[in-house]
Amino acid sequence: MKFMGYIRPDGQVGARNVVAIMPSVICANDVAQAIAMQVQGTAGFFHHQGCCQLPPDLDRVTNTLCSLGQSPNVGAVLVVSLGCEGTDHARLVETVAKTGKPVEIIHIQELGGTSKAIAAGIDAAQKLSMAISGLQREPADISKVVMSIKCGASDATSGMASNCVIGYVADKIVDLGGTVVFGETTEFIGAEHILAKRAINPTVGDKILEIVRNMEDRAKAIGCDMRKGQPTPGNIEGGLSSIEEKSLGAIVKSGTRPIQGVLDYADVVTDQKGLWIKDTPGREPEILTGMACTGAQFMMFSTGRGAPQGFPSMPVIKICGNPITYQNMINDMDLNAGLILTGEKSIDQVGEEAFALLLEVLSGKMTKNETIKYFSSIDIHVLGPVI
Amino acid sequence: MDRNLAIKVNDNDNVATIFAQNTSDGSQIEVVDKKGQSEMLKVIGNIPYGHKIALSDIAPGAQILKYGESIGAASKAIKKGEYVHVHNLDSMRGRGDL
Repeated sequence: MKFMGYIRPDGQVGARNVVAIMPSVICANDVAQAIAMQVQGTAGFFHHQGCCQLPPDLDRVTNTLCSLGQSPNVGAVLVVSLGCEGTDHARLVETVAKTGKPVEIIHIQELGGTSKAIAAGIDAAQKLSMAISGLQREPADISKVVMSIKCGASDATSGMASNCVIGYVADKIVDLGGTVVFGETTEFIGAEHILAKRAINPTVGDKILEIVRNMEDRAKAIGCDMRKGQPTPGNIEGGLSSIEEKSLGAIVKSGTRPIQGVLDYADVVTDQKGLWIKDTPGREPEILTGMACTGAQFMMFSTGRGAPQGFPSMPVIKICGNPITYQNMINDMDLNAGLILTGEKSIDQVGEEAFALLLEVLSGKMTKNETIKYFSSIDIHVLGPVI
Repeated sequence: MDRNLAIKVNDNDNVATIFAQNTSDGSQIEVVDKKGQSEMLKVIGNIPYGHKIALSDIAPGAQILKYGESIGAASKAIKKGEYVHVHNLDSMRGRGDL
């Protein structure tokens, strides 16, 4: 099975072909925004990290930016550096250059300030955009696909309709030789033993339990027990009887295939196939960045209340489990899984529709969030304090 | 929207989730699986929207299965067609006592 993608020098296949305008630090965002606004074919990654953080977090920010630059939907990179930031912008440029993609860097302090940096950055971005804009899509095998998964703004329909549809698609991608990555470690609580049983070996199973424990310990460090009071009184009123049921409703979107391993937040997928976990939080700006930097060409996102978010370089396909929300937010939602709950369609039927849609999106069809440009609010997940 | 539906998400499940308003004692509910196959079931008791119904008799202590996995154990005998919730299902995990 094929889709039409951009073949990269390193063999990866992109579903989009953007020039990433990448601030190496929050202090470069305004210059980067001006450049991205002026030059066609660019995507701005306006995160809020990169300085006055502890060394492990600064490494994590550099690693994440490196991974984003390597991701197949990015065709070229312009790094916008202030000059005195904590991230390692030289390593960022070297890492992207190794993939064979064009990469440039500008330094605001060295260029003489904001206006001069904007002018130099526009020139550099225009050159990069011209360099990659003629690239043609070519047929690529579905096994080159890395699918990412998330649910957000969930309601009672998510665990019964949209998450089940995404689980169906996840199994299909794995069976066709592709890669699927899911995260949201917080949601594993209560069902982590079931995920651990799905691991290919005890080492991977232990790692799954470890990332859940670490996440709970971070919450305990500021005095919160995340297990306490689950399911909530509102959940019980809605029909959820146990924390197992609640968590299973979330992780059903990962499908049923064995879990091959656990990726760290900034890790990239190269030739790993099958189903993987990535240790991420659930909040959109951070998990979307984490998934895009994995190398995922797209995300399939389940919602019930209606989450509109996207990501600058990665199309996000919204599968809505609530038929009322779908109609109400039709310009943000891509597929109506609520028809399962009205009895008009089965889980398998909507699963096939979602699969057909993702092939179109991989080949260039825009998602609702892309057409409405809802993709600017991103961030990189860090663990320590700002200092 | 006239059908009184319950969805069974995994073939191994012994409960389904109701997506119909005012499912009352003695009424009939249509249980649909993921392929769209359905069968009728007589309801015992009143079951709210979004809550669960037993698809078979479940003995005390037996696993209650949804998504093909255990979501807890029966705290008393449950009859086919009966309402399943916190009154007859005990969580086996995650109450801060792990």
